[in-house]
Amino acid sequence: MSDPTEANGTAGAGEAAEPAQSPGGGAARRHVRVVLVDDHRMFRTGVQAEIGRTEQTGVEVVGEAADVDQAVTVITATRPEVVLLDVHLPGGGGVEVLRRCAALMADAERPVRFLALSVSDAAEDVIGVIRGGARGYVTKTITGTDLVDSVFRVQEGDAVFSPRLAGFVLDAFASTDAPPVDEDLDRLTQREREVLRLIARGYAYKEIAKQLFISVKTVESHVSAVLRKLQLSNRHELTRWATARRLV
Amino acid sequence: MPEAATAAAPLDEPRPPRKLYRSSDGRWLGGVARGLAGHLGLPVIWVRLVFVGLFMADGLGALLYAAFWFFVPLGVGGVETQKPPSLVTSETAPDGRRKLVARRPDKGQMVALLLMVVVAMVFVGNVNLGSGAQAYLWPTVLVGAGVALVWRQADNARRARWVEVGRRKRTLTLLRAVGGVLLVTAGVTGIFVLQGSAAHLGSVLQAALAVLVGITLLAGPYLVRMTQDLSEERLMRIRAQERAEVAAHVHDSVLHTLTLIQRNAENAGEVRRLARAQERDLRTWLYKPEGTGKDEADEPTTLADAVRHNAAEVEDKHGVPIEVVVVGDCPLDERIGAQMQAAREAMVNAAKYGGEGGAVQVYAEVEGKKVFVSVRDRGPGFDPDSIPADRMGVRESIIGRMERYGGTARLRAVPGGGTEVELEMERAEKTS
Repeated sequence: MSDPTEANGTAGAGEAAEPAQSPGGGAARRHVRVVLVDDHRMFRTGVQAEIGRTEQTGVEVVGEAADVDQAVTVITATRPEVVLLDVHLPGGGGVEVLRRCAALMADAERPVRFLALSVSDAAEDVIGVIRGGARGYVTKTITGTDLVDSVFRVQEGDAVFSPRLAGFVLDAFASTDAPPVDEDLDRLTQREREVLRLIARGYAYKEIAKQLFISVKTVESHVSAVLRKLQLSNRHELTRWATARRLV
Repeated sequence: MPEAATAAAPLDEPRPPRKLYRSSDGRWLGGVARGLAGHLGLPVIWVRLVFVGLFMADGLGALLYAAFWFFVPLGVGGVETQKPPSLVTSETAPDGRRKLVARRPDKGQMVALLLMVVVAMVFVGNVNLGSGAQAYLWPTVLVGAGVALVWRQADNARRARWVEVGRRKRTLTLLRAVGGVLLVTAGVTGIFVLQGSAAHLGSVLQAALAVLVGITLLAGPYLVRMTQDLSEERLMRIRAQERAEVAAHVHDSVLHTLTLIQRNAENAGEVRRLARAQERDLRTWLYKPEGTGKDEADEPTTLADAVRHNAAEVEDKHGVPIEVVVVGDCPLDERIGAQMQAAREAMVNAAKYGGEGGAVQVYAEVEGKKVFVSVRDRGPGFDPDSIPADRMGVRESIIGRMERYGGTARLRAVPGGGTEVELEMERAEKTS
C-alpha cells in the first residue's frame, strides 16, 4: 500500500533515522540522559530504581527536581535529552516548566524533549501539557520496560500516545469537528483517526501497521501529525470543549 | 371588602402547615395575587380582579397589595394549578442538585404595567378627595410607582440568589434602581412644590444632602467593613465545608482501605484488589467535578458509566486490571443495554482466559448513531472455530445477543496474539 500520508505527516520523525523499535534488542547501544521532575520523592526514587540502571536500560538519570523553579534550573544546567515531567507540580505545574523551557525545546542541535508522566485522569491536565509542547503522555501505572521504551521513542522524536491520551484526543477533535472548523489544520484525517482509535484500543505501533497494511514508519508519522495538530490547534476550541464538559 | 377579609385571613385554613408566600413564578408585579391565588386555590385572574376592584374603592386595593408585598416573603408557593407542571418551581440539575427554574419575564408584565397605568388614570379621574388633597394625588402615585420599582428590584435580587444565575444585566438593574429613585424624587418634589414651600426647596435639599453625607461618612466604613466580613465569612464557611467533605471521604474510603491493606499485607492478591478498587474510587471522586463518587446511583444510565461500572465489577471479581477508554457518551437504551451485557461477558472471558498477558483493554466509542465497543486481552488467544458446541459463553452471550438486537459481533483471536471482541450496535431511533 503506497501511503497517502507522506504529504501531511513527516514532521517530527525526520531525524529518527533508525527507529529502535525492538525493546531490549539493541539496548546496550542506546543511551539517553533523563531528568526526573516530580514533587514526590518516593516516586522519583521508584522510577530511578526501575529505569535508572544504566547498563541494562540505557537510561541515565542526570538530575531530579521537585518544583518548577528547580526543574528549570536543573534542565538548563544538565541539558538532558528527555525530561519526565509530572503534570501537577508546585509553582505552576508542568505547563509552566514547558513554557519556560520553550527555547530549549526549539533548539535544533540538542533539543530537550518532554514526556508527561502523571496519575491525573483529568483530560484538561493531559491535553494542557501536550499543547504546551510535551511529546507524549503516559500514566504512572506504566511498567518499567514500557517507560524505558517510551523514553527512547521520545528521544528519537516520536510521539508517545497512551491509549488514554488517544481517547482524550479523539474526544477533543470529535467535538471540535462538529461545527465547521476554520482551519483545516484542526482536523484529523480519516487515517489519523483510525490510528488513534487503534492506539486507544491498546494496539502497539507494530500491530497497527499490520492491521492497516502500512509501515511502522507511517504509523509514527501519523501519530506525529496528530501531535502537531494538537499542539497547534485552536486554543479557543479546546477551551470551549473543556468548559462544555465542565472540566475547567 | 368582605373578600379582602377572607383573603387577609388565610391562616385560618384547615390545612395547617401551609404558609402564604408571594410567587416569583408568573407574577406581574409583586407576585401577591399569584401567591394568594395559589394559596386559596382560586384562579389567579379572580384575585387580580378583586384587587383592581378594591383599587377603585378609594385605592384600598393598592394599600392592601402594598401591605402584602411588604410583609409576605417571596417564595415558590401559589403557582397556578392548571398550568403544565413544567413551568413550575424546581428541576433536577445534571449534578443532582435541585434548583429553581429561572423564568423569563413575560409579556404579562408589560400588559400589567400598561393596565395599571390605565387603572390609575381612571382612578385619579374619578377620585374625589376635595380639591386640596386632589392636587397631591399625582405626586403620590409617582412615589408609589418608584417604590414599587425598587421593591420589585429587591425581589429580583433575592430570586437571583436562589436561581444562582445573574441572568439580568447589571446595567438593567442599575437603570431600574435609578428610575425608581427618580420617580420617588419627582413625586416628593411635586409635593413640595404644591405645598408652596418650593422657595425653601434649595435649602431643604441642601440640608438633606448634608445629613446624608454625614451619615455616609459615619456609617460608611462600618458598612463596608461589615459586608467584607460577611463575604469573607461566607468564603471561609464554604472552604470549611469542602474540607470537611474531603476529610469525610478520605476517612470513609482511603483510610479504611489502608487499614485493610495493613491487615492483609501477606495476601498480595487481596492487597492489589483493594488498592485498585480504592484508586478507581478516588479517581472518580477527584476527577468528576460534580460527582459525589460515593452516593452515585447504582444503575448507570449512560454508556460511559455502564462501561466503567461493568469493568470495575469484572476487575474486582477476577483480579485482572482493566483499562477503560471511552470516547463520547450517550444514554442507554434497550439495544445499548444488550451491547453492554455482551461487553461484560467479553470482559469476563478476557479476564478469565487472557488475564495473564497483562491488562485487559476496553474501548468504547459513540460515533453518530453507532456505538462501538472493543474488548481486548493479550492472553494466549484461541481458534474461534474450535469452540466446543457446548460452550455457550461466546456464542450465545456475545454473538447471539448482539445479533438478536440487530448488532454485530466480531471475534478476532490470534493464537499467541490475544483475543479481541468487537461489538457494534446502532442506537435505537429516538422515540418521542
